Amino acid sequence: MSPRGQVVGIDSPEALERALRSAFYLADDGLSTAAYLALALGKPLLLEGAPGVGKTEAAKAIAGVLARRLIRLQCYEGIDASTALYEWNYPRQMLAIRQAGDQPVDIYKDEFLIERPMLAALRAPEEAVLLIDEIDRSDHEFEAFLLEFLSDFQISIPERGTLRAHERPVVILTSNRTRELHEALRRRCVYHWIDYPTPDREARIVMMRASSVAEHTARAVVAAVGRLRREPLTKPPGVAEAVDWAEAATLLHQRGARWPDAFKRAIGVALKDEEDLTYMSGRLDQILAEAAA
Amino acid sequence: MSVLPRAAQPFVTFPALLRANGFAVAPEQTATFLEAVGLLGPRSIADIRRAAHATLAPPPDRRAAFDALFGVHFLGEMEEGEALGEPDDETVRVQEERAGGAEPLVSDEVNEAGKDATAVEALSVRRFGPASDHEVLRRFARAAPAHLPRRPGYRRMRARRGEYFDTRRTLREAVRNDGDVMTLRRLKRRLRQRRILLLIDVSGSMKERTEQHLRIAHALAHAVERIEVFTFGTRLTRVTRAMRLKNRDMALAATSSIVSDWDGGTRIGEALQAFLSVPRFAGYSRGAVVLILSDGLERGDPAAMREAVTRLSRLAWRVSWLTPLAADPNFTPQTEGLKAILPLVDDLADGSSVAAVCAHVLALESKRAA
Repeated sequence: MSPRGQVVGIDSPEALERALRSAFYLADDGLSTAAYLALALGKPLLLEGAPGVGKTEAAKAIAGVLARRLIRLQCYEGIDASTALYEWNYPRQMLAIRQAGDQPVDIYKDEFLIERPMLAALRAPEEAVLLIDEIDRSDHEFEAFLLEFLSDFQISIPERGTLRAHERPVVILTSNRTRELHEALRRRCVYHWIDYPTPDREARIVMMRASSVAEHTARAVVAAVGRLRREPLTKPPGVAEAVDWAEAATLLHQRGARWPDAFKRAIGVALKDEEDLTYMSGRLDQILAEAAA
Repeated sequence: MSVLPRAAQPFVTFPALLRANGFAVAPEQTATFLEAVGLLGPRSIADIRRAAHATLAPPPDRRAAFDALFGVHFLGEMEEGEALGEPDDETVRVQEERAGGAEPLVSDEVNEAGKDATAVEALSVRRFGPASDHEVLRRFARAAPAHLPRRPGYRRMRARRGEYFDTRRTLREAVRNDGDVMTLRRLKRRLRQRRILLLIDVSGSMKERTEQHLRIAHALAHAVERIEVFTFGTRLTRVTRAMRLKNRDMALAATSSIVSDWDGGTRIGEALQAFLSVPRFAGYSRGAVVLILSDGLERGDPAAMREAVTRLSRLAWRVSWLTPLAADPNFTPQTEGLKAILPLVDDLADGSSVAAVCAHVLALESKRAA
């Protein structure tokens, strides 16, 4: 199992950044460098950031650029090997035994093996990108188990022996940082902290994602969203909310609502928490007026 | 080191500098860093900086400190040019700037305190009187195993009634019976006790309570499977092993000889930061029940206290701040330190008596469910 070496056509962070842009993802220098290094060094890429900054989107875009299938493993508290790795199809094994009657039957053949995301990525590393999403939600036992997988890229199935990837699969991990990850996990990965994009970049993201949105709408939304993120909200609006807000405001405006009014009425797609709305209610008008100006 | 080309030296010494400043960097990360720099060209200092961010993985909240060190190490050297050969001088200089000659706050069992003790610290050994609240502690020890917070473990165990089918065992038995399923076996997730982390304030303002708190710690240490006990005042001391002694008087005597900052000042923020900066210690708080027995009277910087508690609350399952001041039902936090941490801790509860602390610990599990 050799390091990946160069991925065809992508020989620098800039080339990756251009490729990502053509997959409708605007990456900053830090992200494109980290992603390029992860691909070139054959290491997993660990993306951390607040919810809604586009971590999962980045993984989808990278899979798109590499023209590979994205295998997603969503983590949750209590996730275990049978949901992440493999499971035997016991009912089918049972049927096979019944059908075989007196004949001997091998019930550990491939057809009885249910591939879970990690095994699937291991068996077809050249055509898949494994996304291990929201790793911070899983238990630390699962994190420790991941360490083993990520360092050797092998899985032991007692009935079958050890399976090993013939090349290193592309693995992307994301975390919302609701808890700190083990140092050992961060150590094995190439790390990038995704921050909220700069207003300028975010306006371009909004326009790229929602083509119907006019530039001044995008800028107003981004200014308002940036202002809201500085408030101590329980759910600060992410990039996706900014896109939704711009789209919603544009839609209302097209249906005849006057501009600042449409902007304000669409707030529900950006602030989705009753407490946040109450907290902001007093100053919201002023913030929106400033942003729309 | 000598086989490395001269030009590679700064890249190898940079991780050492990071380590000296409290960042956790593994040797393999250094190797990856070198490789990454090679891959990127590097065409500019920005490339090196990005490679450092990606491979050495500074925690986001310490990014500024990381960048400052990076600037000193790489940009400082580039200006001087000739200094490339002697990166060690650079390392020491930064350490002096950063650490500022402060004494190490951490000690593990053996405390080589004396030599770098400051004048404000009242180093002393304290004796403990005969037991009080004996009955409360005895009942607590009996109730604890059943009522302490638990979490579902990773492993499953056989159970007559469980939420999962044990298809594997069922199939095995079926094979023995020519493919007939006689009974459907079940599994459930094993429950494990959450680790309890006790941080006990032994500063002057908590003088009257310290002994009680250590008694509680001793009772807990023998009632539960997983526990860690630390004391803090002007320094941080791990006393878990002393607490493991079965005889309470011996355990308390052992503790009093290990801890050297009895009744001194309080630097809660710095002590907690010291706790968090040792990965082995910080690991104890992961998913744990953290109980801080302190009045929260901070002599140091409340911002440090706030930052430390923020990090602690992210690591822990639940953080309880038990203060004797909360015995008064009309109590509202007045000090800057307590006000700062109020939104960060899960409970601010009464820590005035043995009974109150015991009741709080036993109620944690049901509180979480509510």
